[in-house]
Formats: sequence, C-alpha cells, structure tokens
Amino acid sequence: MGMSASRRRCPHLAGAFVCLILAGMTWWGTAVAGALEEALPGLADRAFPVKQQAVQALAATGDGRALPILEALLAGDLYTRETADPPVVLARPSAAGLRLTHPLTGADLGDVERGAVKKIPLNNALRTALRGGIATLTLSSPDPVVRSRSAKDLMRDPSPESVTALRARLEQEEDAAVRTTLVLAVAVADLRVGTPQARLEAVSTLEGSLHPEARNGLTTLIANETDADVKAAAERALIAIDDRLTWNARAETLFFGLSLGSVLVLAAIGLAITFGVMGVINMAHGELMMLGAYTTYLVQQALPGWVDYSLFVAIPAAFIVSGLFGIAIERTVIRFLYGRPLETLLATFGISLILQQLVRTTISAQNVAVENPSWMSGSLQINPALALTYNRLYILAFALLVFVALLLILKRTALGLQVRAVSQNRAMARAMGVRSARVDALTFGLGAGIAGVAGVALSQLTNVGPNMGQAYIIDSFMVVVFGGVGNLWGTLIGGMTLGVANKFMEPWAGAVLAKILVLVFIILFIQKRPRGLFPQRGRAADG
Amino acid sequence: MGIVKALKGDTGGQVMLAVLLVVTLVVPVLNLAVPETSFWHVSTYTVTLLGKYLTYALLAVAVDLVWGYLGILSLGHGAFFALGGYAMGMYLMRQIGDRGVYGDPVLPDFMVFLNWKELPWFWNGFDMFWFAALMAIVVPGVLAYIFGYLAFRSRVTGVYLSIITQALTYALMLAFFRNEMGFGGNNGLTDFKELLGFDLQSDGTRAGLFIASAAALALGYLACRMIVTSRLGRVAVAIRDAESRTRFIGYRVERVKVAIFAFSAMLAGVAGALYVPQVGIINPGEFSPLNSIELVIWVAVGGRATLYGAVVGALMVNYGKSTFTAMFPEAWLFALGALFVLVTLLLPRGIAGWLPARRAG
Repeated sequence: MGMSASRRRCPHLAGAFVCLILAGMTWWGTAVAGALEEALPGLADRAFPVKQQAVQALAATGDGRALPILEALLAGDLYTRETADPPVVLARPSAAGLRLTHPLTGADLGDVERGAVKKIPLNNALRTALRGGIATLTLSSPDPVVRSRSAKDLMRDPSPESVTALRARLEQEEDAAVRTTLVLAVAVADLRVGTPQARLEAVSTLEGSLHPEARNGLTTLIANETDADVKAAAERALIAIDDRLTWNARAETLFFGLSLGSVLVLAAIGLAITFGVMGVINMAHGELMMLGAYTTYLVQQALPGWVDYSLFVAIPAAFIVSGLFGIAIERTVIRFLYGRPLETLLATFGISLILQQLVRTTISAQNVAVENPSWMSGSLQINPALALTYNRLYILAFALLVFVALLLILKRTALGLQVRAVSQNRAMARAMGVRSARVDALTFGLGAGIAGVAGVALSQLTNVGPNMGQAYIIDSFMVVVFGGVGNLWGTLIGGMTLGVANKFMEPWAGAVLAKILVLVFIILFIQKRPRGLFPQRGRAADG
Repeated sequence: MGIVKALKGDTGGQVMLAVLLVVTLVVPVLNLAVPETSFWHVSTYTVTLLGKYLTYALLAVAVDLVWGYLGILSLGHGAFFALGGYAMGMYLMRQIGDRGVYGDPVLPDFMVFLNWKELPWFWNGFDMFWFAALMAIVVPGVLAYIFGYLAFRSRVTGVYLSIITQALTYALMLAFFRNEMGFGGNNGLTDFKELLGFDLQSDGTRAGLFIASAAALALGYLACRMIVTSRLGRVAVAIRDAESRTRFIGYRVERVKVAIFAFSAMLAGVAGALYVPQVGIINPGEFSPLNSIELVIWVAVGGRATLYGAVVGALMVNYGKSTFTAMFPEAWLFALGALFVLVTLLLPRGIAGWLPARRAG
C-alpha cells in the first residue's frame, strides 16, 4: 500500500525529476551525495547479497534521490547496461523500445532497443529489503500520511537499522498521529529485535493497544520468547488486548443492531401512524417506501453532477410524492372502509400490487442504480479495531430526526391535536368541530410521506427495485405490533430492540435463523402481551 | 342422512357438487377414451391444470371455513398447504429410490449433494404412503392446534391474528429456504417418478389424481357443510359476530376456534398433498406470504361464508390468472390488484352474494 501510494507521487520519469527538485529544497539535503554514487553500482552486481547490501546502503544515505531508484527497482523499471556510465539506468517503454534516464540526475539518455539493457532481477529477500529501505526513506517525507504509512511498513518486517531510523524520526516528529504510530512501530520492532529489557518495555507500551500489528507481534513473541518475565508480561498484555477487542466487537455489533433498528424504525414509523392512530392496515406501505426510493433515483437523474446535494432535494420530493399517493389512496379507497381493518388490508394489498406493476411498466423491471453522495462513504475510525461507516451513522441520526419531527408534529401542532382527538374519539372530535374526513386524509398522507422519506434512506443502503417494499412490510408490522399500536415511543424502542437482538443472534445462529428466531419470539410475545410493549391505554383501547 | 341435512337449502352447493360430479365423470373419459385428433379430446395438460385448480378450490374452502364462519382472517393458510405438500413430496422423494442422478438407494439427490451420510430422523417412515398421507394431515393440524391454542387463549384477534399468521408463514418460508433444514433448501423437492407404483407422467395417473382431487374437494366441502350446519357451526358464527357475548353466555370460545382452525389446516394439508404430485415440485416459495394473501382474495371474489363461493372464486381467479398471464403478462398484477380493491369496495359479498340478488331483483 505504502509503496504504490508513494510511487503515485513520483511516477517514473517526470515524477522522479520533480522529486529530485523537491529533495534539493528540503532537509533531505545532499551532504552524503558521495555515498549514493558509491552504493549505486552495487545494484548492477549479479549476486543477490551484494544487491541487498547496496539497497541497504542506499536507504542508509537518507538521500531523497535514493527513493525513486528503489521504487523503480521494486517496480522492475531499473536496468543494467555493460557499456557506459552510469551502469544502472531507469527505463520506460517507448516507441523505439526503451527510453533511458539517468537515475541520479534524471537526464535523458536516449532510446535503445529492448535487448541493449538488462532488467535487474529480484528475489523475495531483495523485495523485503527494498520495502524496508523505501519505508526508511519515506519516513522523512514531508507528508504526515506517508510518514505514518512508512512507519507501519517498517514494523511489519523490522531490523535493528529500522528501529534506529524509527527512533531517530520519533525524536524530531511533531505530528501527534504520526508520533503514536511511531511509538507503536518502535515497540513492535523492539519485540522482534530488541534486548530483553527493550522487549519488556515494548510489551508494556503495547498493553491495551488495538492495532492488529501489536496483537500479532505479541503472539509471535509469546511463541518464541525465552525470557520468562517478558513472556509472562506479554501473555498478560495479550489478554488485556483480547479483552478490549471483545468489547469493541460488542460495540460494533451494537452499532450494526442500532443501524438495522434505525431502518426498521424508519419503515415502521409511518405505519405506526396509519395503523396505530387510524386503525388502517396499510399493506401498500412498503410500496410507498419504494416510491420514495424511486423519487431519489429520478431526482438524481434530473440533477446529474449534483449527487452530493441531490438527497436534500430528494427528501422533500419523496415526502410530497408518497404523501400525495397516500392522500389519493385514502380519498379513493380507504375512506369507504373505516372500521373494517381486514378489508383495508385486502384493498391496500391490491394497491401494493398495482404500484409495483406501475413502477415495473413505467421505469423498469430491473433494479435501478442510486448513487451514494461522497459524504456518505467512508467510515468514522473510533479506534484501530472499531470503525463506524458514515452511511449507517447518518441513517441512524436521520431516523432519530424523523422520529423527533413526527413526535413534535403530533404533540405540538394543531394537526397533531386533531389527529389525536379523532383517533381517541371520532364522534366527540366531530362534535367539537374537527373535520374528521380532512384529518383522516392528512394523517394518511403524513404516514405515507414518512414512508417516502424512509425510502430515500433505504435507497442508500439496499437495492432499489419494484419488489423492495415487500421485504419490509412484515418486519415493519412486527415492529409496530411488538412496540404497541398507537405509540410512537413503542415503535422506536421496538424497532431498536429487534434490530439489536437480530444482530446479536447472528454470530451464533446465522442471519436467516436469527430472523426466524426473532419472528418466533414476536409470535410468542404477542401471546403474552397482545397489545405490545407499550399498550395504548384509555377508552380508545377497546378490548 | 347427514349429507342430505348438510346440503338442505344450499342451492349453490348442490349445483356446484352436481357440476363437479359431471366434470369428474366426463373429463377423464374425454382425455383417455377420445382420440387426440377429435374435437372433444381433452389434453392431459388441461386435466392436470383442472386438477390443480380443484386443490386450490379445496384450500379456498378451508380458508372460507375459518374466515367466513369464524371471523379469523388467516394470512398463513398457504403454510398449511405447503406443509401437506412437503409431506407428500417427501414420500415421492423416497419413491425415487436409486433412480436419482446420484443413484443412492436411500438418500435423495440433494442430500448426496450436501454430502450427508444418513437420512435425518424426520425422514423416517416417509417411504410408506400411509404414513406420508397421515403426516400431510397431522403436521398442519398439530401446528395449527398449537398456534391456535397459544393465540386464541391470549385472545389475539382480528388484525393482530392476521399479522402473526403472516409472520408464521414468513418464518416457515425462511426456515425451509435453509439447506440445513433437510427439505432441499431453495430447490425444494422435485424429480418425482411415481406414486404408489403409478408413473406420474402417464395420462392414467394424471386422470386418477384429477379424480382424487375432485373427490377430496367434494368430501371436504361436505365436511365443512356438516360443521357449519351443526351446533358447533352455529356457535362459530356466534363467535364471529359477537365473541365476548358468546363467551359470557358460557361457551368455551377458544376450544371452538382451535378445533375449527385445526380442521381447516388439515383440509389445507390435504389440498397441498394432492397439489404436489400434479405440479411435480414443492419449494419454499409456496410458503410466501403473497400466496396466502392471494388465496384470501379467491374467497373474497367468490363470496365469503358460502363455501361454494370459495370454490367458484378459486376456479375463476386461477382460470383468469392462467389466461391473463398467457395473453398479457404485464397486466396480470394490475388486474389482480384491481380485483382486490374492487371486490372489497363494491362486492363485499362476492359473486355468490351478487347472483341471487340479481335474480330476486
């Protein structure tokens, strides 16, 4: 990794030249220029040990000009020639055969035929030496990322020389992140090549470190260690590391569970309104989510090149599209079926089939590609053993945001007051002047709009296709029924509980069995508490 | 006696049974005795298709019994149907013997493929037809009994019950998709060769299965009629219309519900067992919640709480599906969706409720 990235910074000819100029301007200096010229011919030697010594000598010069040479050698771009000075040249393919460059000055040496020069052969020992040499050289790069990376490269295969180089670098290093890596690298290297005293110190430095290299180093040390004190200390350190790793693994599972839970909450929360508040079984809820996901797709199609911002357009657009579909469904079908929940179940199931086929006919029967904005990719590195991906993190936050917004709408707005009034006692609400038909339409529209918004979030996590809604409908009903109908808090806690339970069971039960166990658990739970975790109380809850 | 009493006043049922009798007598003759060149010849494909429809009709009758007369909208009856089908499928797998691709005398192909060394314990006994037939009835019955006992005892009703029946069939679908379950995983059970020694591909066997399906439908229908005309049936209707009141009068509501629910599941199991040899495959897709909801619409189209309406609805919707998907494959879901909406909105009593009203008017 470190190799290819630094090579990208100095791509062969032109890059090498730039690097040389850079080298002249920085502290790399040219004080030991003589050593560089002396070591270079060693690379042309036939014997591998001689070449290896030459590589180490080049690295030890600390001269910035040595870096492109070593990189070229590792990439197979370094050739020998018998006739002229210098004996070693850089070569790149050209029209005539190979174009040669002077390895130190970067001067153009003209084109030759392929047979005129000979590629320097490598073996694995030489490659290892090369990587170590390159890492030592890049350790003084001006870029802290490169420095960190080369420190990590050095700890993989440490030698006494590299420990010296690491320590020297640690003396002058100012960047805190690089210092941490250097301390770790020195300790890991000491484990392998240090004195018993140095090993003991390294073990105490590494105790509790979550870097995989630290754990590997300790495991290797325990297997080979002769000094009893060091061995005992290393074993203790390893147990401490494993302990922390276990906790991090649990934290990661919890995060995955909350992430799944947030998706379930998003899917179920619109349903909680239509089912809980209105008593309507909306089997087309999943398809309203699908419409939201397709709205995201269409917005992205309409705004090419604006992928990073299109979600902010897609969220209100999906709310409006799904909300309008919801109002249309309520006005044309559901309003004739109030008080007959089983009939609404069948009718809305029919609507779900129509919506699926509608998307299939008008857009495509295949899944469509929804792009992720760049700010959603990548992950938040909490520590070396725990990384939380941004897309799941954002969706978790988004689910909570939607939940709070919905709670505020229901508790703090006039519409919310009317919705609650109608759901508790329709006749009385009407008597007090609430236009219940309008409230019904708006409530259903709100639930449908939330489904659309959930669809936007889903489009960032899963495939967007005509069938995507069906996958969520049973799960969302389970969440609503488990949490308690008519209770938003129940939906939140129910969804999160089911998500976390599912993810904690997955490691030992497998994904499918975990899902089955959750379903069976809910079926049994309903027997015990038929009204869910947080049953609706009061007169509205007829038995 | 009992039959006469059960069919008294049931004009629709009498007509349906009479038509069924005629079709059952005529179709096999037209298939087997009339030469293929003749206009009157009925192809084996049609016979099998009709046989399949008849098993669907029996399944619809089972659903109508619990939905129409007990008020339980089960969205999981497809699970009982599939379990019956799997029981029969296991028998048919064992009948393949060493004629499978891998030629193992005992293990079905998929087990050899999974590198299993011996038959799982629950496959024992399925080499005997009587045992498989018994299991096709007992397994769905026991599952429905346990499920119903738990659900009805804690008074889970209405929509909640519908949703957990749906969860039941969904959970079973996921379970049967797993290879470790020992039911062939994704691919299910297929490549059947023969049933009771009769070649499943022969015209005679197909006609025989058709007759068996028709007989099962007639017997199932009569049994359901006997239940609904009995005291038990009247209590069931009372529970449907006023559950609490029936309980307060002193009836053990849970027992009635569990008994009828389990019986209905057994009928569904029989239908599944007859379905599998005719279509030649059973896979976890049969457990899909979509199937269970679809069969509810058969009953709704035909008219609930009539029993014969369920038969008419199942035949009509499935005939419509076969023709529609052949002619306009795109439009079938539109049509089915519209059917769901229109029947619930405009035809709450289905075709059966609509026909006599027209005549009377």
